[in-house]
Amino acid sequence: MDLLANVLISAMIAATPLVFAGLGELVAERSGVLNLGVEGMMIIGAIAGFAAMLATGSAILGLFAAMAGGALMAALFGVLTLTMRANQVASGLALTMFGLGLSALWGQAYSGRSAPPFPRLYIPGLTDLPFVGKLLFGQDGLVYLSLACVAGVAYVLTRTRVGLILRAVGENHDAAHAIGYPVIGVRYLAVMFGGAMAGLGGAYLSLVQTPLWVERMTAGRGWIALALVVFAAWRPLRVLLGAYLFGGITILQLHSQALGVKIDAQLLSMVPYIATIVVLVLISRDSARARLAAPACLGKSFHASS
Amino acid sequence: MLKLEPRREPSRLMFYLTPFLAIVLTLAAGLLLFRVLGKPPVAAMQLIFVEPLRSLRGLSELLVKATPLILIACGLALGFRASIWNIGAEGQFTIGALSGGAVALAVYPATGWWLLPLMSLAGIAGGAAWAAIPALLRTRFNASEILVSLMLVYVAVLLLGSLVHGPLRDPDGMNFPESRIFQTALPLIIPGTRAHIGFVVALVVAGVAWLLLERHIIGFQIKVLGQAPRAARFGGFSDTALTWLCFLVSGGVAGLAGLFEAAGPVGQLVPALPAGYGFTAIIVAFLGRLHPAGIVLAGLLMALTYIGGETAQISMSLPSATTSVFQGMFLFFLLATDVLVKYRPRWIPARPAGAPAAPAAAKPSAPVVAARVEA
Repeated sequence: MDLLANVLISAMIAATPLVFAGLGELVAERSGVLNLGVEGMMIIGAIAGFAAMLATGSAILGLFAAMAGGALMAALFGVLTLTMRANQVASGLALTMFGLGLSALWGQAYSGRSAPPFPRLYIPGLTDLPFVGKLLFGQDGLVYLSLACVAGVAYVLTRTRVGLILRAVGENHDAAHAIGYPVIGVRYLAVMFGGAMAGLGGAYLSLVQTPLWVERMTAGRGWIALALVVFAAWRPLRVLLGAYLFGGITILQLHSQALGVKIDAQLLSMVPYIATIVVLVLISRDSARARLAAPACLGKSFHASS
Repeated sequence: MLKLEPRREPSRLMFYLTPFLAIVLTLAAGLLLFRVLGKPPVAAMQLIFVEPLRSLRGLSELLVKATPLILIACGLALGFRASIWNIGAEGQFTIGALSGGAVALAVYPATGWWLLPLMSLAGIAGGAAWAAIPALLRTRFNASEILVSLMLVYVAVLLLGSLVHGPLRDPDGMNFPESRIFQTALPLIIPGTRAHIGFVVALVVAGVAWLLLERHIIGFQIKVLGQAPRAARFGGFSDTALTWLCFLVSGGVAGLAGLFEAAGPVGQLVPALPAGYGFTAIIVAFLGRLHPAGIVLAGLLMALTYIGGETAQISMSLPSATTSVFQGMFLFFLLATDVLVKYRPRWIPARPAGAPAAPAAAKPSAPVVAARVEA
C-alpha cells in the first residue's frame, strides 16, 4: 500500500511541470498560435527561478521570476510571429535553441548549487491518514496550484466572455477582427500566458523536483508538453489526464528498476517518447475528428487588410 | 507609428539582403550580450568569429563542421520548401552513424576498398528508414510529422547509448561505452588535418539538390505544394508521394552525414556523437534561403560559430552553449528581418489624441473579409 501511494505521489510530482507547460501551450494554441518554443521557455523559467531564489532567499519570488522569464521569452516569440509575421515553426525552434543556450550561459555560475527543499503541505490529522493522507494532503503547494490552474483555464475557456473571445480569435481571426476584437493583442496575451506557465513548469523542476540547477535539465519535457496538447485534443482536463499518464510512465520506469525488472535503463527511458508517438497516431488517425478539435487558425499569421 | 504595408511583389533585393542584415544584427546583439555578462565584448567576438579563420587548423575544422550541416540542410530544404517539417534530422543522423558503424563492426577485422562505400550505403539506408517512420505516420495516420520526428530524436540517441553500452561495445576497451575504432577512415582532403572527403560529397549533394529544386519538375511540385497546397491538388501532384520523397531524401543525407561524422573525425561510435548538427542544420537551411548555394555559405558560417564557441570555451571559459545562443539569435534576426521581403515599413505620423480617426485606422466598419497572409 505504501509503495503504491509513493508511486502515485512521485507520478504527480513528475507530471506537474507537464501540467503547467501543457496548459499554457493549450491557451496559446486555442488563440491560434503554435509556439514550439516551450522547451526554451521552460529552461529559462528554471534558471530564472533558481537565480532569483538564490538571490532573494524566497522560493515564492523565484516562482514569480520564473513566470516573468517565461513570459518575456514568449513576448519575444510574439514580436517575431505576431508583429513581424515570421513563420511560427521556425520561430519556435529558434526560441528553444536560444533559451537552451542563454540558460546555460546564465546558469554557469549556478551549476552544482542546490536550493533548500520546497515545503510540503501538512495538515495535522489529515496528512497522517493512511494511504490517502500524503497523497491528498501532503504535496507541495505547486501541485495544488497546477490543479487549480486546470480548473481555472477550463472554466475561463468554456464559461466566460474572455474564453469566448480567445476561442473566436483562434477559430476565425478574420471574423473576430471584423467584430472588432484585437486579434494580435489577444494572441500576445495568450502566448505570454503560455510562456509564464512554461516558466512555472521549468521552475518546478529547478526549485521543487530536484532542487538544483543542471544545464539542459528540462530534457525534452517542453516537447512532451506540446505533444500533450495534441493528445488532449485541446481540452484542459485531458491535459491533466495526459500529464499524469506520462508522469506515471516515467515513474514506473524508475520503479521497475528498483523492483529488479531487468531491462536496460536507456531502453526504458525511450518509453515516454514512444508513448507520445503512439498516442499521437491514435488521436490523429481520424483526420476529420482531429481537424474539428484543432483551432482552425492554428499556426496561421494574421494581417488585417483594414 | 510604424506600419507594415504589403508589397505587391516580394522584394528580390530584401530576399538576398536580409541574411546579411541578420548577421550584422546578431553580431551587435552578441556584443551587447557579452557586455551584460561582464566579458570583454570585442575580444570575445573576435575570438569566436575571427580567430578560427587565421590558421590552417581552424580553416580545416571549418570544413569538418560544415560538412554535416550542409548535407543535412540540403535535404531539409526540400521538405521545408514543401512545408513538410522534418525536425528530427538529429535522430536520422544518429541512426545513420549507428547503422553504418554497425556494418564496420560486423565485418571486423576485415577491411578493403569496399568497406567505406558499404558503410555509407548502410548509413543512408538507416537514416532514410528512421525518416520513413514520421513519413508513414503522417501519410497514413495524419500524425504531426513535427512531433513524431522530434520524439524519434530522443529514441535514436538513447538507442545509440544503449547499443554502445551493450552489444557494440569494444570488447578490448576497458568497459568504456565506446565501440571499436573503425578499421577504415575517410580519405583526407587536406593532409595533416581532419578535413575529409565528406566536404566534397556535401558540395556534390548541394549541386544535385540545386538541379532537383531549380531545374526539375519535382522541385517545381515541391514549391507549389509549399506555397499553394490547393493549386498542387488541382495540378494533380501527389501530396503523399512528395512527403515520402522529402522524408526519405532528407533522412538519407542526414544518415550519410552521421556516418561521415562517425567514420571521419570521430572514428568510432560514442554516445556523444549526436552534437546537435541536425538542429543547427535547420538554421542553416533557413539562413541559406532554402537554396543550395546559400546553404553552403550558411553552413560555413554556422560551422564558424561551433569552432568559435569551442575557442571561447577554452580561452575565456564560456560554456559551449554560447554557440547555441548565437545560432538562436541568427535565426531570430533572420526571421524578424524577413518581414521586409513581403512588407514595406512605412512611417505614419501619430495623430494627436482626440483628433478624428482616419477611416483606415478605425475599426473596420463593414464586415469585409480581411486578406489573410500566410507565412
